[in-house]
Amino acid sequence: MKKILVCIDDSVYAQAVCDAAAWVSQRTGAAVVLLHVFTPPPKRASRDLSGAIGLGAKSELLEQLTELDENHGRVEQRKGKLMLTHAEQQLRAAGVQNIEVLHRRGSLVEVIGELEVQMDLIIMGKRGEHADFDTLHLGANLERVARAVHKPLLVTARTFQPIRQFLIAFDGSPSASKALEYIASHSLLQNLKCHVLMVGHINAQVRNTLTKAANTLEQAGIGVHTALKVGPRDEVIADYVAAKEMDLIVMGAYGHSRMRQLIIGSTTTAVIRSCHVPLLLFR
Amino acid sequence: MSAVRLPKISLFQLQTEWFGNVRNDLLAGMVVALALIPEAIAFSIIAGVDPQVGLYAAFCIAIVTAIVGGRPGMISAATGAMALLMVGLVKDYGLQYLLAATLLTGVLQILAGVFKLGTLLRFVSRSVMTGFINALAILIFLAQLPEFAGAGWQMYIMVGLGLAIIYLFPRLTKTVPSPLVCIIVLTALSMLLGLDLRTVGDMGELPNAFPVFLLPDIPLNLETLIIIFPYSLMLAVVGLLESLMTAVIVDDLTDTPSQKNRECAGQGIANIVAGCFGGMAGCAMIGQSVINIKSGGRGRLSSFSAGCFLIFLILVLGDWVQEIPMAALVAVMIMVSIGTFSWASLKNLRTYPKSSNLVMLTTVVVVVFTHNLAQGVFVGVLMASLIFAYKISRLLAVKSELLQVDGNTERVYRVYGQVFFASADTFMAFFDFKEVVERVRIDLTAAHFWDISAVAALDKAVLKFRREGTEVELVGLNEASATIIDALAIYNKPDALERMSDH
Repeated sequence: MKKILVCIDDSVYAQAVCDAAAWVSQRTGAAVVLLHVFTPPPKRASRDLSGAIGLGAKSELLEQLTELDENHGRVEQRKGKLMLTHAEQQLRAAGVQNIEVLHRRGSLVEVIGELEVQMDLIIMGKRGEHADFDTLHLGANLERVARAVHKPLLVTARTFQPIRQFLIAFDGSPSASKALEYIASHSLLQNLKCHVLMVGHINAQVRNTLTKAANTLEQAGIGVHTALKVGPRDEVIADYVAAKEMDLIVMGAYGHSRMRQLIIGSTTTAVIRSCHVPLLLFR
Repeated sequence: MSAVRLPKISLFQLQTEWFGNVRNDLLAGMVVALALIPEAIAFSIIAGVDPQVGLYAAFCIAIVTAIVGGRPGMISAATGAMALLMVGLVKDYGLQYLLAATLLTGVLQILAGVFKLGTLLRFVSRSVMTGFINALAILIFLAQLPEFAGAGWQMYIMVGLGLAIIYLFPRLTKTVPSPLVCIIVLTALSMLLGLDLRTVGDMGELPNAFPVFLLPDIPLNLETLIIIFPYSLMLAVVGLLESLMTAVIVDDLTDTPSQKNRECAGQGIANIVAGCFGGMAGCAMIGQSVINIKSGGRGRLSSFSAGCFLIFLILVLGDWVQEIPMAALVAVMIMVSIGTFSWASLKNLRTYPKSSNLVMLTTVVVVVFTHNLAQGVFVGVLMASLIFAYKISRLLAVKSELLQVDGNTERVYRVYGQVFFASADTFMAFFDFKEVVERVRIDLTAAHFWDISAVAALDKAVLKFRREGTEVELVGLNEASATIIDALAIYNKPDALERMSDH
């Protein structure tokens, strides 16, 4: 792994994101690209509903709107810089040598889309600074990013513990197979205890898929513990994580379209919500 | 994979464009609708059709451009610039031909969008745009003057009062649209005092139902096409010009980009819909768009809700709208013309170069005399291009020196700069054909030949020297004439500039 993209903002997740970045960087020797994206807020309205336009109406309005944006932009710029400096110091203290700092303007999804080509892993928090802490609501950005990126995405919880054992939530889908291949071929999760969990009907075909998955990992020298369970996916995964004290969930993400998700919901979203451990998502 | 991903991103974009600013968009839409009603009525009157035609147009165009336009937050409806162009058609052939012309205008505008003619706007210089906007403001103002003709002193007082309310009422409160207050107060005054003023009801039919789909009732033959085509072409050009200029203004105000070619096609679709539902051709409105942004409108919902409010108000309050005195409308229209006028352009007259001012003022004068914005822009663009050509033609110099080579005298001319139709004569004038020398060397390595005029001038010079019995040698002709080739291969490369200055 060469480069990881670490997205921070002004939320409590920034700390966990930095810790995760330090952990990944130490294991793989990857360089860290620290990113903060300032998204200009939707323009606030002036309270002028008079509808009257006089001489110089256009230039006056332009001046007024520019001033509003200017003030806000300056504050945000300073805030973002502080945030990045702080995060950089933390990473240096944790022993990360190679750090690049990026401060961009625009939408997070767009910026990540531009940068991801050079990246091997993207790290961000479950929620951003604008999301509240009601566990039922995810950051608006997370799903958008998760659906848009082509690289693995590590989503951190509010705190980050070094990972000792991790769970692969396997369903045989192309994205889950991608996750499997990644783990088998990359140093990131080598030498850690691995569990592979499949949820579904218990029959020969499913068993076969699971055994194949385990074999792939074992051939790469990873010790595997497999489990096959029946029930609603998100609940089974959450129970398993809690019971076996898993530190990380690896899974394929958002395999279905938004339309389907509107009607029957998304397993990925449910798992991200209900588990308080980081997730490594693959599309 | 990527084919699946695209619509998802645009789904998000669609959501923000429509519902990113709901409350402010609805409020602004309401303010805009209130100002749109008098405008649509006034422009119908200018065009010589029933107010219904302008109101239906405003409703259809505002809603359709909200959905398919390329500039969220911009307001389009029936406009003065377009109304002025259709006067003749309505007078000579009637409403049905206007509706047919509106349809054809839409088709032409869609074609402009498909062929990406929106990018041609970059050839319209800043000065021409300013001239266009000022001319438009003056035309809207001039169109109000006939309302004063034959009217008594009451008209002047009412309009004065209306303007006073519009500009002074916001000092009391900015939560109520002052044009609305103006209309209500003047209508109440005129009804209570029983003033003898013309009202909107006197101007023709107002809508009492939603517009219905109806194709224009005209003979479908070549003759019809010959009648409507010139009008449609003018309407299409002016509509796109004003729409794209308004889009630029909204881009600047909101600091967001817009899709110019989508806007062209969107205007076209809106005009086709308007034509099918009994509305006249329209385009984006500078004044209304500024009002929308000022009131907080940013998304597509603002234009959409403006259209909805407009038809709702007309259908519900139709009887009251009939009673609005023309004085109130005139006051609102004078406000729109003042707000549209670029005040800064007057201040800039002192600091801007004379040539820019000349282009701006010429555009204004041509429009005011012809009542046709397209002609004004045409003259303005032509003038700006000629001035540019003139300026570039001065970037030409020739240095010459006399050498003695092998006992022969040799004159060397070194040409620097741009040779093209405008500088070809100057180029010729640098050569001294009267001088008696054995050899002449013309070094073109640092020159650029842009067209056939330049080559012809060089040929002539060479011939003249030969006739004097002088031997001529050309150096660097290939490099100099590389610029003539139409396939502009090298100009696209990053080092094009260095390459050009090399030779």
